Amino acid sequence: MKFTTAILAGALALASFTGQASAVTFKFAFQGDLKSLDPYSLNETFTHGVLGNVYEGLTKRGKDLKIIPGLAESWEVLEPTRWRFHLRKGVKFQNGESFTADDVVFSADRARGPSSDVKTRLPADAKVVKVDDYTVDFVLSGPNPILNAEWDTWYILSKKWCEEHNSMTAQPQAGQQMSYAALHANGTGPFIITDHQAGVRTLFKRNPNWWGKLESNFDEVIFTTISNDATRVAALLSGDVDWADPIPLQDVPRINASGVAKVLQGPELRTIFLGFDQYRPELRYSNIKGKNPFKDARVREAFYLAIDEIAIKDKVMRGAATPSALMISPLLFDLSKDFTRPAYDPAKAKKLFADAGYPNGFEVTMDCPNDRYVNDEAICQAIVAMLARVNLKINLLAQPKAKYFAKILVSGGYDTSFYLLGWTPGSFDSWNILANMYRCRDDKGVGGNNNVGNYCNPKVEQLTKEVLVENDKGKRDQLIKQAYEIGQVQDWAYVPLHQQALAWGVSNKVKVVQRPDNQILFYWFRKE
Amino acid sequence: MLAFVLRRAVQAVLVMVVVALIAFTLFRFVGDPVNQMVGIETSAQERARLRQELGLNDPVVVQFARFIWAAAHFDFGVSYQFKQPVNDLIKQRFPATIELSLVSALFSLLLGIPMGVYTALHRDSWLSGFILTVSLVGISLPTFLTGILLIFLFSVTLGWLPSFGRGDVVAIGFWTTGLLTKSGLRAIILPAVTLGLFQMALIMRLVRSEMIEVLRTDYIKFARARGLPNRIVNFGHALKNTLVPVMTIAGLQLGSIIAFAIITETVFQWPGMGLLFLRAVQNADIPIMSAYLLLVAGIFVIINLVVDLLYVVVDPRIRIEARSA
Repeated sequence: MKFTTAILAGALALASFTGQASAVTFKFAFQGDLKSLDPYSLNETFTHGVLGNVYEGLTKRGKDLKIIPGLAESWEVLEPTRWRFHLRKGVKFQNGESFTADDVVFSADRARGPSSDVKTRLPADAKVVKVDDYTVDFVLSGPNPILNAEWDTWYILSKKWCEEHNSMTAQPQAGQQMSYAALHANGTGPFIITDHQAGVRTLFKRNPNWWGKLESNFDEVIFTTISNDATRVAALLSGDVDWADPIPLQDVPRINASGVAKVLQGPELRTIFLGFDQYRPELRYSNIKGKNPFKDARVREAFYLAIDEIAIKDKVMRGAATPSALMISPLLFDLSKDFTRPAYDPAKAKKLFADAGYPNGFEVTMDCPNDRYVNDEAICQAIVAMLARVNLKINLLAQPKAKYFAKILVSGGYDTSFYLLGWTPGSFDSWNILANMYRCRDDKGVGGNNNVGNYCNPKVEQLTKEVLVENDKGKRDQLIKQAYEIGQVQDWAYVPLHQQALAWGVSNKVKVVQRPDNQILFYWFRKE
Repeated sequence: MLAFVLRRAVQAVLVMVVVALIAFTLFRFVGDPVNQMVGIETSAQERARLRQELGLNDPVVVQFARFIWAAAHFDFGVSYQFKQPVNDLIKQRFPATIELSLVSALFSLLLGIPMGVYTALHRDSWLSGFILTVSLVGISLPTFLTGILLIFLFSVTLGWLPSFGRGDVVAIGFWTTGLLTKSGLRAIILPAVTLGLFQMALIMRLVRSEMIEVLRTDYIKFARARGLPNRIVNFGHALKNTLVPVMTIAGLQLGSIIAFAIITETVFQWPGMGLLFLRAVQNADIPIMSAYLLLVAGIFVIINLVVDLLYVVVDPRIRIEARSA
């Protein structure tokens, strides 16, 4: 009796011991590579998201995308052009050094320095002043209500560590020298990168000295690139990975039916839209010579009305899209509810074409990527078919993104007449949309750099300027609304189509938090 | 002999220069690398500066001369995507590809030769018919399809083998090997079978036809007439003479296994050079593409050179021709 009890006790002890000893490992796969560990060398969602588990900014964003304290415990706007940030005390970098105001000043310089790809994170002329070891002032040249809007991905680096490893500037995009910071990471965040093989896999382990309380129970995290769609799905179904992104739409039902994983299809912030060249006196790719039909707002409206977005959502996107009236996700602009998308109306479209002087339609080439957005080429094909019903002949030129962006963006001289593009405002704010998409530009791209078709209206231009410096949220929202009313409702500058849905494949063993900005922050994830 | 070797070496260099030229010309059509290196919000001035730094604004001739000069020094620059020297990346990925290629070559030989012999000796048995049918499938199915089918059968449905990757690797000096760990051995099975299936079918069919031919020759008939046992006739005499052309083909095929591992590596996310190359194409990463193309061309040139030289050693007729030429 006594003997059996002893054995039982021993077995129990052993069980509880092994229970503790077996580490919780989270494995995740993404289609692209984690190209550089230097958080300033590439402005890209996936890189920023993964590095957000290792590095931290002064402010972060919570599960609902609201700005929350990060390395700064609190902050106040002393006067419209002076913001004061109180830094968190007792925070240590992963190499053991303490985090102080010097690191903030240094990171501000480095982020705005040569070869940084995150220069837009803070104004170029803002002065960063150390008040004491745990207080930093940001002195601006003008009011800026969204100063810290993008700081969740402006990560703070250790000054000393960068000095020691000769990584004072961001990894140069060109040039021969190798940057230590591109292959090693030293953040303040909840996970530590222990091994990084670019394009193969990256290992993380929990940071036992993190200042916060970790929600995740992961001891170890393994990231692998799996570029092939079918392999990524198979890896999820076979349990080789716990999280995979993106999942092709046609595989969603199969994964949901598998019993081992399901697909989380939350809305994404990116808006997919169509744009027109409304600048050149004559379109480059059209049979209309001597004039540019897209300069006429009636033609743009007719295009809008001739495209059946509901059909695109149901058939091409298999329901995984939210039709949009604006160029910004409704999650990011409170007054979005005041705008509704005009209904599909081919008869009115035909009439508008006739009024504008094109009763028999015309011919134009459409540029489209085929490996960038969810079902991008299929969307374009659907649009070509829909426009054919109103007598337009669209020649579709669908290309890989490397070729596509080189053609239509500033580097190719905005070489397009009609195109499909997607846009996420990095600051989660309408000013980014107005500045990039609705502001006039010159041929070199100065101004609205990504206003490919160069839509230009002085009234919108003026409103954009006012939005930038208005500190009162209510007034600011009204200004933004006015800008959209002119640019979108009255001028039909673009045809916003939809916000595509995210498609995370998640193992049933894992609980995740999916934010619409598609950042994978696994410090909120748990695994049973 | 020396003249022959020299002439072949000069030809090899010529081939490399032509490959470099074709590769370089192709790079002008893969898209703008600058777009792949920066985020979409990067300003036009920043992009222009980058183009200048990368030397993309120089005349094509200057760019080509710089490329050849650097390549002659085995300097392929820094990868646009990873910002690491291409040589380091290739060095990291090289062992994975070589290991996969050798294992699949071994697989194709160890299975292909016995199956070829069997089907030659037992031409009418149902098993021969079955093997031949399977080999037809092996030759006609594209690699990516075989790979996906194997993954769905052995990883997703049965759960026996991992669906991707190389497992744990052990570093021996600069070489990393997955052949010494359990997970590494499990991981190599599916990709090696996928990659080797075509070669296996090829070798099997080659062995079979060669063997059937040899079995008809007089010396085999004579051996049988001498009353030698079947085993000695079949394996001692017939198979030995069959293997000469098989070895030549197998050697040459090794080059194509390495080069065509691209598809298999992509399907299985095998961290080798082929995968690196394919990702480089998608991202317009010119330094990696050029290094890979030259490396593969180099491997082919060397293998062919060795085969040519071996012919000279083996076949006296070529030596005579070379002398008279």
